[in-house]
Amino acid sequence: MRKMKNKRFITYRKALVFGLIITLTLGCERDFTDDVKVATFGTEGDIFTDSPIGMGEDFYFPYGDSNFEAASFDGTEVFEGNTSIEVNVPNADNPNGAYAGAILRIDGAGRDLSGFDALTFYAKASQGVTLDAIGFGEDFGENKYQATVTDISLGTGWAKYIIPIPDPSKLIQERGMLRYATGTQNTGGFGYTFWIDEIRFEKLGTLAQPRPRILNGSTITENVFLGSTIQITGLTYTANLPSGNNLTVAAAPSYYNFESSDTTVATVSELGVITVLGEGTTTVTATMGNEEAEGTLILTSVGAFPSAPIPTRDAANVVSLFSDAYSNVPVRHYNGFFLPFQTTEGGAGSDPNNVDLQVPLTDGSFDNIINYTSLNFVSFGMYETVSLVDVSAMTHIHIDINVRESIESSDFIRLSLESGTGVGAITSGDFVLNSSTLSNVDENGWTSVDIPLSSFFGFSDPANLGQLFFISDATISNIWVDNVYFYNE
Amino acid sequence: MKHIKLFNKIKLVAIFMVAVFLNACNTDETQVVAELTNLVKQDEFNIDGAPDSSLWTYDLGNGTDQGLEPGWGNNELQFYTDRPENIKVENGLLVITAREEALNGANYTSARLTSQGLFDQQYGRFEARIRLPLGKGIWPAFWLLGNDCNENPWPQCGEIDIMEYLGDAPTVILGSAHGPGYNAGDAISKEYEIENDRFDTGFHVFGIEWGPDYINYYVDGDLYQSITPETLAEEVVLDGDPVNAGEWVFNRPFYMIINMAVGGNLPGSPNAQTEFPQRMYIDYVRVYN
Repeated sequence: MRKMKNKRFITYRKALVFGLIITLTLGCERDFTDDVKVATFGTEGDIFTDSPIGMGEDFYFPYGDSNFEAASFDGTEVFEGNTSIEVNVPNADNPNGAYAGAILRIDGAGRDLSGFDALTFYAKASQGVTLDAIGFGEDFGENKYQATVTDISLGTGWAKYIIPIPDPSKLIQERGMLRYATGTQNTGGFGYTFWIDEIRFEKLGTLAQPRPRILNGSTITENVFLGSTIQITGLTYTANLPSGNNLTVAAAPSYYNFESSDTTVATVSELGVITVLGEGTTTVTATMGNEEAEGTLILTSVGAFPSAPIPTRDAANVVSLFSDAYSNVPVRHYNGFFLPFQTTEGGAGSDPNNVDLQVPLTDGSFDNIINYTSLNFVSFGMYETVSLVDVSAMTHIHIDINVRESIESSDFIRLSLESGTGVGAITSGDFVLNSSTLSNVDENGWTSVDIPLSSFFGFSDPANLGQLFFISDATISNIWVDNVYFYNE
Repeated sequence: MKHIKLFNKIKLVAIFMVAVFLNACNTDETQVVAELTNLVKQDEFNIDGAPDSSLWTYDLGNGTDQGLEPGWGNNELQFYTDRPENIKVENGLLVITAREEALNGANYTSARLTSQGLFDQQYGRFEARIRLPLGKGIWPAFWLLGNDCNENPWPQCGEIDIMEYLGDAPTVILGSAHGPGYNAGDAISKEYEIENDRFDTGFHVFGIEWGPDYINYYVDGDLYQSITPETLAEEVVLDGDPVNAGEWVFNRPFYMIINMAVGGNLPGSPNAQTEFPQRMYIDYVRVYN
């Protein structure tokens, strides 16, 4: 049967060639000039059979933090022929890199893969193992058409693996033939070996039910502010394999064609980045090839971001912990995530320019804002990894708070200043912002408080400030915080 | 014709060509091939609405009305109806739809069309062009039953399965024959796996050519199985001493059935990946002698 089929295909091919000749001949008669040229790239499908195929000299690029010695191209365990790619995944404690990962990139112009529908290979491992990730389309450039399958189950016997191409028509000049990355999270830190053989792009014809998704197929409604940008995530492509099983590939944004129903409200770039331009509501959807992607993002632009009042005090009289208006002193954290009692989320890290909200302003600068959620208590920490802060020359503390929920009469936020943290004698003092203070807001919802340091009774060593606490005991759970600084009036 | 000698497999298409242009060369090959071209019955499903009632009727319910255990003797999960939600002709196609819905104690509904009492034929070529559904637990079939099952209960009355398909193996169909000493799990059966294609993404022709001492099975012109009395003699199962074991029971008129079962002994139950509704599209049914 197989031979008969091949025979028929050969016949078709001949017919195609013949048709081509006729077309070309006609083309000449119609006086097409030499200017009519479409650049085309190689259509070779094979990547590795018994050696790398058409990959050029310099094609193997391990990830920077991976084990550079992991892969060899002369494996003796083979599915077919006499060589495979052998990857020795290192133990987790290997000082030369604790995982195996690399790309195979064509040393040259790239290939036209639009005639294929899948990357296929045979693989097995020295023990049953779940490979972290394998795919193609990564070139260490734009990685525009990266596609990856995660958690691939490898057995100890050879089996064929299929990675569907999300939209082959996009791959007219692709250099990233293979990418893989795997460690030992699933093997208790102990290494193993896997072999891959007969790696190629193929036209299988046995894939079906193409199903692209954005936002993992869900419909999300969001309020956004003018000027903000949003990366569309949850980009996947699911196909039904000849085995009858569905396989989902994580797909790069450029496989999709995004659309915004009202481009005066927001536009979407080829890389899936939404930019909010005007007020109103727009619906963002996507297609891949002829398929409509599941998943919708409904954005309502509610106008300019309600920024906190811009500080006006002279920087010479200010010690700032968190403000875009001043240089900030180094902090250990904007959230210490103190276990086991702290529930507060948000404020991760110590970089004031990389916290929860980063709103582009019309002048091109950014408004950085901390957004604490599930608040019970949280601190700014200035100790241990950074110097304690000397605010002894300062008279007041300024804080802008925007409570992102309705305020009950019993709600409060208690501020607490602590000195000497981590070095010995600790002093501390509190000041309570009650519900009426927190309800006294400007048109953007901000409460701006200026509190004399003398009001923090018991905080007696201002030369060694270690922590500033926000404590709500969960009476208030969602707040924005901005412009936290000390000043001398 | 050398191909036949070379590969002992033939292309139906090629044979038709020979039949037409060389006027039926009777070969001395070991296999008897499809060569019947006299169309005696067809339904092209070109009139929207219910299927043609002069050719088709329905098997309804869960099998208990037919004297079977609930589940049509196979623990199938569907309740068959004749509602347009489950069966209708539309846009030139017969559409059988399996749905996940509670009806009369079942959790799925579907349809089973039969020509019993309206059309049957002894010998000939039976074929249908079908696009199949997808999903674990989905079990469509195009098959024939002997018209004497009331007098000579199955398996004595005989069953010819032109096409059976399991929705979790979209590249494979089964062709089978059932009779005394060769039925159910011991039926004479062969898988056909399609190359570089699958059965749920496009239409394919499933057929048999059936004569006094052979049943030949084909898909799209690929003959993949020939069942003869000799086949039965080799494969008959004598355990339990069945009556008339190995008898060639395919010498009487048979009628056609097209159905889509859900669940049951052969396919197993639908799983989380199975999506409903699932549709089976039949472009035509043609019978030759």
